Amino acid sequence: MFSYCTDPQTLSGLTWLSCYLTNGKHLVFYGSFLTVMALLIVTAPASLLFGFVGASAAQSHIAPLRWLGHGYTSIVRGVPDIVFFLFFVIALDQGFEWLRQKIKCPDWDQPIRQGNDFIVCAQAKLPLSNAPQWVHEVYGFSLAVLTFAIVFGAFAANVIYGAMRAVPHAQLETAEAYGMTRRQTYWRILVPQMWVYALPGLSNLWMLLIKATPLLFLLGVEDIVYWARELGGMKSNVFAYPHPDWRLWYFLGLLVFYLLLTRVSEIAFGALTARLSHGQATAAGEDLRKAAT
Amino acid sequence: MKPLILSAAALTFAASMAYAGSHTVVRMATEGAYPPWNFINDSGEIDGFERELGDELCLRAELNCEWITNEWDSIIPNLVSGNYDTIVAGMSVTDERDEVIDFSEQYTLPDPSSYISTDPDLDVSGAVVAAQTGTIQASYVASSGATLVEFATPDETVAAVKNGEADAVLADNAYLAPIADQDGDLYLLDKDVLIGGGVAIGLRESDSELKAKFDAAINSMKADGTLNAMIVKWFDDDLALFE
Repeated sequence: MFSYCTDPQTLSGLTWLSCYLTNGKHLVFYGSFLTVMALLIVTAPASLLFGFVGASAAQSHIAPLRWLGHGYTSIVRGVPDIVFFLFFVIALDQGFEWLRQKIKCPDWDQPIRQGNDFIVCAQAKLPLSNAPQWVHEVYGFSLAVLTFAIVFGAFAANVIYGAMRAVPHAQLETAEAYGMTRRQTYWRILVPQMWVYALPGLSNLWMLLIKATPLLFLLGVEDIVYWARELGGMKSNVFAYPHPDWRLWYFLGLLVFYLLLTRVSEIAFGALTARLSHGQATAAGEDLRKAAT
Repeated sequence: MKPLILSAAALTFAASMAYAGSHTVVRMATEGAYPPWNFINDSGEIDGFERELGDELCLRAELNCEWITNEWDSIIPNLVSGNYDTIVAGMSVTDERDEVIDFSEQYTLPDPSSYISTDPDLDVSGAVVAAQTGTIQASYVASSGATLVEFATPDETVAAVKNGEADAVLADNAYLAPIADQDGDLYLLDKDVLIGGGVAIGLRESDSELKAKFDAAINSMKADGTLNAMIVKWFDDDLALFE
């Protein structure tokens, strides 16, 4: 990056370090922090959506929907994350390719499974094998978001389901007495009030999601833990910047990053709880009312 | 959800743009953590013996190749699932692997596996030996009676010996020799074992057309001596040459 970095062997001390920390590999490492943040920012609302739909289905008056909602939460919560991330993604990918095969190559007559190989026609590959690498990366990232959203959505669904049940029943009865329809009661009374009950559980999930991001590497996305391990490992003389095992320092850096991220999240959730507690029939809402008078 | 939709749109766009023959791009997967075979260099690019070899093979076979990294653990499942077309990752030919995937002509002769340890007189038969998960060395240690500890990357096996978690590492000689040269605390034990065949490109069993192209390219590099020159360049005398 700097002009004096052309021959790393001649450098020492701080100049060596400044060149080392700005070489191409480190820039990729810094970029991977953005990947992790992007994953969090996209996955959190997506899992909330999955959770909300799951909880609504589990609450539904229509029996098949209710079974679907309960089935989703029980099955996904019961499967170990790592199993889910290792096998589900390959299955999902193959499922997509199979569907595309049905549409794009209707006259394909060879079997899809030949021995161990999974083979679809070239037009059905997802992404196409001749697509540029960034398309493959975006696709991998989208699969990661979808998988994370399904897993964390199941937990969120359970939290939201519990929160919906925690809204005082008198509120719903009052709404009914005012002549609101079931739909109106749901959207105007139940949903706005349940968030404050859901928040502690959801903030837990958010913290778990932050800590689960290293699972990204299982999905083929190179995240900060992958790069820290790769950069910190002992480097022999084949490399321009040989060094002994420095993983401790890299992982210390990650520790600081994760602690900062969780601390900031705690503060944000604190503020959100205070905001949502206004006028609520909860202990926190009561405290707010007293403080105001 | 929006980025999801956007990326889906990007995918369909790329899909409608770029379709041509089946192998217009050959995707080559490697581990990127096994110097000098394959590693990620300081600019963040895949480098090493296999990178240089693979590029030359693609040139000779007139293929348009693209390199990607994949974790060792899942490198075979992703190949058979079609996420890439070849494995070029220092993978020795074994009967077990040959049942699942196909191998090209071997581009190195069988490399004996060596032990390194902090104790030059270690008796490996009763020792704790570290090896990378899913390697021929790991299954050898497991059946040899020594205690096996497995790690996901080769680098971690060496670190385990340095911090005392294991007594020795068993890995390819060509990987361990430069490490023992450079590190004064680690010694190559005088106990080489020959496991597995030479190293070759892994391909899907159904992909015989691509296999034929790589076989021809490897044979032409063997014939004109460029393969031997490349082996000397990356391994000095740690790896045997073709006759």
